[in-house]
Amino acid sequence: MDSRNFIVSREDWSLHRKGHQDQLRHEQKVREAIRRNLPDLITEESIVVSGGKRIVKVPIRSVEEYRFRYNFNKSKHVGQGSGGSKVGDVIGIDPAAAGGKGAGAGDRAGDDVYEAEIELAEIEEMLLGELELPNLKPKEKERTHVADIRFNDIRKKGLTANLDKKRTILENLRRNAMEGKPRIGGIRPDDLRYKTWEETEKPDSNAVVLAIMDTSGSMGVFEKYVARSFYFWMVRFLRRKYEHVQIVYIAHHTEAKEVSEEEFFHRGESGGTICSSAYAKALEIIAERFPPSRYNLYPFHFSDGDNLSSDNERCVALLNELLDKANLFGYGEVNQYNRNSTLMAAYRSIRRPNFRTCLIREKKDVYQALKTFFTGPAASE
Amino acid sequence: MSGEDIRKLEEAIAEITGVAAGFGLDFFPMRYEICPADTLYTIGAYGMPTRFHHWSFGKAFHKMKLHYDHGLSKIYELVVNSNPCYAFLLEGNSLIQNKLIVAHVLAHSDFFKNNARFGPTNRGMIESMSASAERIRQYEQEYGADTVEAFIDAVLAIQEHIDPSLFHPFGLDRSRAEQKRAELAKTKRHPPAGEYDDLLKIGETPGEPPSPPFAPQRKKVPPQPEKDMLWFISTHSRALEPWQQDIIGMLREEMYYFWPQLETKIMNEGWASYWHLRIIRELDLTEAETIEFAKLNAAVLLPSRYTMNPYYLGLKIFEDIERRWGREKLFEVREFDMDTSFIRNYLTEELVRDLDLYIYEKQGPEWKITDRGWENIREQLIRSRVNGGFPYLVVDDGDYGGNGELYIRHSYEGIELDLKYVEKTLPYVHRLWGKAVHLETVVESKKVLFTFDGEKTIRKFL
Repeated sequence: MDSRNFIVSREDWSLHRKGHQDQLRHEQKVREAIRRNLPDLITEESIVVSGGKRIVKVPIRSVEEYRFRYNFNKSKHVGQGSGGSKVGDVIGIDPAAAGGKGAGAGDRAGDDVYEAEIELAEIEEMLLGELELPNLKPKEKERTHVADIRFNDIRKKGLTANLDKKRTILENLRRNAMEGKPRIGGIRPDDLRYKTWEETEKPDSNAVVLAIMDTSGSMGVFEKYVARSFYFWMVRFLRRKYEHVQIVYIAHHTEAKEVSEEEFFHRGESGGTICSSAYAKALEIIAERFPPSRYNLYPFHFSDGDNLSSDNERCVALLNELLDKANLFGYGEVNQYNRNSTLMAAYRSIRRPNFRTCLIREKKDVYQALKTFFTGPAASE
Repeated sequence: MSGEDIRKLEEAIAEITGVAAGFGLDFFPMRYEICPADTLYTIGAYGMPTRFHHWSFGKAFHKMKLHYDHGLSKIYELVVNSNPCYAFLLEGNSLIQNKLIVAHVLAHSDFFKNNARFGPTNRGMIESMSASAERIRQYEQEYGADTVEAFIDAVLAIQEHIDPSLFHPFGLDRSRAEQKRAELAKTKRHPPAGEYDDLLKIGETPGEPPSPPFAPQRKKVPPQPEKDMLWFISTHSRALEPWQQDIIGMLREEMYYFWPQLETKIMNEGWASYWHLRIIRELDLTEAETIEFAKLNAAVLLPSRYTMNPYYLGLKIFEDIERRWGREKLFEVREFDMDTSFIRNYLTEELVRDLDLYIYEKQGPEWKITDRGWENIREQLIRSRVNGGFPYLVVDDGDYGGNGELYIRHSYEGIELDLKYVEKTLPYVHRLWGKAVHLETVVESKKVLFTFDGEKTIRKFL
């Protein structure tokens, strides 16, 4: 066969969807991996400290293609410079952060960790989609309020400030074309288009969450981190599902104080621990601002449980008072090493349907805590 | 692309083909396929137009598309080692882009046809892969897509562990190659001292004492350390169904097909770059085309800090060979060498200096240049090409502990394995073998044994 023969052809490749199909399959695996790793993921630092950014990068390890390979970090490599390279020149730096992913890793064979870019909203959906505030009851004086304002309507009349210039010009062009002279010019009042909004109303759920956090000296880095992770997701969950939930932040050591969201998440720690101070504070706030007849109340308390032992009795008493008023009280104890004689021990005797506890030993358990507190009616109801 | 465009393209191809043949290039008949971007990336990601389904290809496809959509890719050239030789042209390419690609792939076709390493490759691989993909599809129907996928995951984890030293005059039929070896070994038993004795010793471990003929001993399996792990597992594992053995066979065959391309990447790309430059120079280009060509060419040859560009390195070496020995020599080299010998024989001190090559390593958090000695650099380049750049692993024992366990040894030569990956890959091997698997390697100058028993990995120093 004369090798100078050649054929040029162009087929219909439109049905050739293999790449897309397998890509879909890959994305499916990524999602499965995320789901499986949800407990780990939700405490992933990059999310918790992201400040709620829309897109987060999360390392997904189980869709890596494992094989036997050389350790890139311990091997020698040949590179090419643009002239004048010397021994000792630094050509790249690995950020010291988790995993040591290299800068400009694009054309390097090195670390092949797959980083999925996920919208925070997606993780939220997976994580929080099934959560709900339990025991939510309709309260008197249900207000409705405007929940949403969307600019999704175009009308011929409106405010001048909301003139949609693009559409107006399009209208003008269209009309001129119909008249036989396609051009832009001679804009008439009829051409004008305005953006207007629509209001959607949502009934108020009249719920208040009292977030109580132990900020005493015994709450170390891990304890603080766990508590903040929990509350981070709790806040996102609430804001997502319940437009008008109010959140009251109470921080305590030997004394309790109502604080802002900012302070709650970033306040330092010190001092001894008297948990009853926080409960007293909570009751005070409820009495002043949130009568149970008008509000669904959800106090939560996160602590390492290392309370002043003489205070435990008072805690139990105040807790019961709170339970009289609240829809649900959730107590989360961060206790890595199985310490005894903590608050949890004192609370063991309390058997009330609207009291739920959760023990957290490692970061993974935060997910469990969320599920424990934020699911349907209490089991024993 | 209009009919007029295609006609112009065909004219250009005819001209380029003539020029190439005039230079002495000897290639298979070409089939140029024009296709849209997605298709091109699919083929690129899969390596072949007809490969089976797997999510890892989906991942590669997505990455390629991403890079293209972000404008990060160079011109995409895609050519298959086959007869007739298929080459793919991106639908949106300009005429000059296509001219460059055509010149480039013609040289590739010549390389595939003439380089000795490609001699035994299956030139009908496109059809073979299509048949394989079809069989896999059938298995998916019969056993479930998830089951098949999980199995393929495991095989892909060790896909590169074949024995490339096996030159198979009998194709991939392993038993016949073994037979041949046994025959050779028999004639060796009463050896007349000959010049070529060492050739007959291929496959033997040097220094092993001959076993006394009638001593009772457990027959060791494998009798010699076995490099072709895929073959060994598929024939000796008690945990595989016939369909699974079939899949391993298919993937093994694919690996043997692709292997020469791994071994000759620098040469092949250098060869193609050398010729696309010379061929295009012979054409009458418009001024605009000339400028465009210069830009494209520069993009292809761009050096990189973290690796060397095979196109550029290969090209420079070929140009140097021509300068020193003339064009005839180029054709010889393209026939007989592979990357390791190519670099060893033809990478000179001047070239290393001109290309500003260096060795770099990680020290603390920084990647630093540690060596500019040309011999070390050459040595390192060669090392990185040995065994396709993959760790050299052999099966030492298929019945370790008398318990049917698999013992694999890493033939350590100074570079350590990625231990995290070892721990993640052993479970895949276990999935294929069905019993405990062991991997011996060296870490920080000490021998270590990794064992996976089906549940967890244990590490112990030996």
